[in-house]
Amino acid sequence: MRFLMIVLASFFLLNSTSYAAVELKEFESPQQEQRYKNIIAELRCLVCQNQNLADSDAGLAQDLRKQVYKMLKEGQSDKEILDFMVTRYGDFVLYRPPFKASTFFLWVGPFIIFAIGLFVLFRIIRQRKKFVAATLTDNDKEKLKQLLDEDKEQAK
Amino acid sequence: MNRALYPLFAFIVLVVFLAIGLTKDPRKLPSPFIGKAAPTFTLPLLHDQEKIFAPEYMQGKVWILNVWASWCVSCRAEHKVLNALVSNNKVNLVGLNYKDEVTDARRWLSSYGDPYQLSVSDVEGVVGIDWGVYGVPETFIMDKKGIVRLKHTGPVTHKDVSEKIIPLIKQLEKES
Repeated sequence: MRFLMIVLASFFLLNSTSYAAVELKEFESPQQEQRYKNIIAELRCLVCQNQNLADSDAGLAQDLRKQVYKMLKEGQSDKEILDFMVTRYGDFVLYRPPFKASTFFLWVGPFIIFAIGLFVLFRIIRQRKKFVAATLTDNDKEKLKQLLDEDKEQAK
Repeated sequence: MNRALYPLFAFIVLVVFLAIGLTKDPRKLPSPFIGKAAPTFTLPLLHDQEKIFAPEYMQGKVWILNVWASWCVSCRAEHKVLNALVSNNKVNLVGLNYKDEVTDARRWLSSYGDPYQLSVSDVEGVVGIDWGVYGVPETFIMDKKGIVRLKHTGPVTHKDVSEKIIPLIKQLEKES
C-alpha cells in the first residue's frame, strides 16, 4: 500500500513539472496585461495556422509572444505592434485581415451567397403560390370551402 | 433542361472549388518582402564567432540566404540539393543558422558537407523574426541592390533549382 502511495505521489510530482512551462509575465498594469492578451489573440501562429499566438505552443509562437511583450514594455502602441508583424509576415498573420481588393470576397462573399439564397427561396415560394392558385378551378374552391365549413361545424 | 439537375450543378461547382483548394499548399504564403530591401542584421559567423556578417557586405552581388538548422528534418533533404547547387553553379550562398546550438550546427556541416560561403548564427531567432521566418528551411534571393526578389518556403528541390533559382539568378546577374 505504501509503495503504491509513493508511486502515485511521484506520478503527480512528475506531472506537475510539466505544467511549469506556463509563461510568467509581469505587467505594469491590468490594462497592459489586457492589451497583451488582446494582441496575442488577434495574431495567427504561422506554424500551426489555425491557432492564435495565445493558444499555440510552437517555438515561433513563443518567440513572437516574447516580441509582443517586449514591444509593450517599450511603450509601443497596439497598432505599432500589429504593423510590425504585418510587415514581416503579411496580412495572413492577422485573424481579421484588412478590407482590400484582394480580401473583398472574403468579407463580402458570405453576404452575397446569403442574398442569392434569399432570392432563390422567394422565387420558389412565389411559384408555389401561383401553382396552387392556377390548379384550383372555381368549382374546386367552392368544394374546398364546403369541406372546411363542415369541418368547423363538426368541431363545434 | 431539367430543373431537378440544378442541385447537381451546384454540387459540381462546389466540388471544383474544393478540388482547387486541395492543390494549394497552405504553407506557401505570399511574402511581404518581395520587392523590398532585405532586412539588415549583424551576426557572428558560425565558424568564427569573432567575425561578423551583415547583408550590406553583399552589395553589388546576387546572393542567396538559406535559413537552416541542425534540428530541422527537411533541411537534411534540402542539403543535398544545396551541395549540388554550389558545385554545379557559381552562386553566393549564405546560411542563416536559425535557433541552433553552435556546436550542433558545426557538427552537422562537417558530417553532411558545407555548401555555404559562410553561415551566421542566429541563436535567439531574432533575425528570423525580422525576416519573417516561420518554417525552416526558407530561402531568399537578393539582387545586386539588396532587394528581395524571391522567397521559397520549405525545402528546395532539384526541380526548384533548375526551374526557379538558376533562371532567376541568371536574370538578376544581367541587371546592373
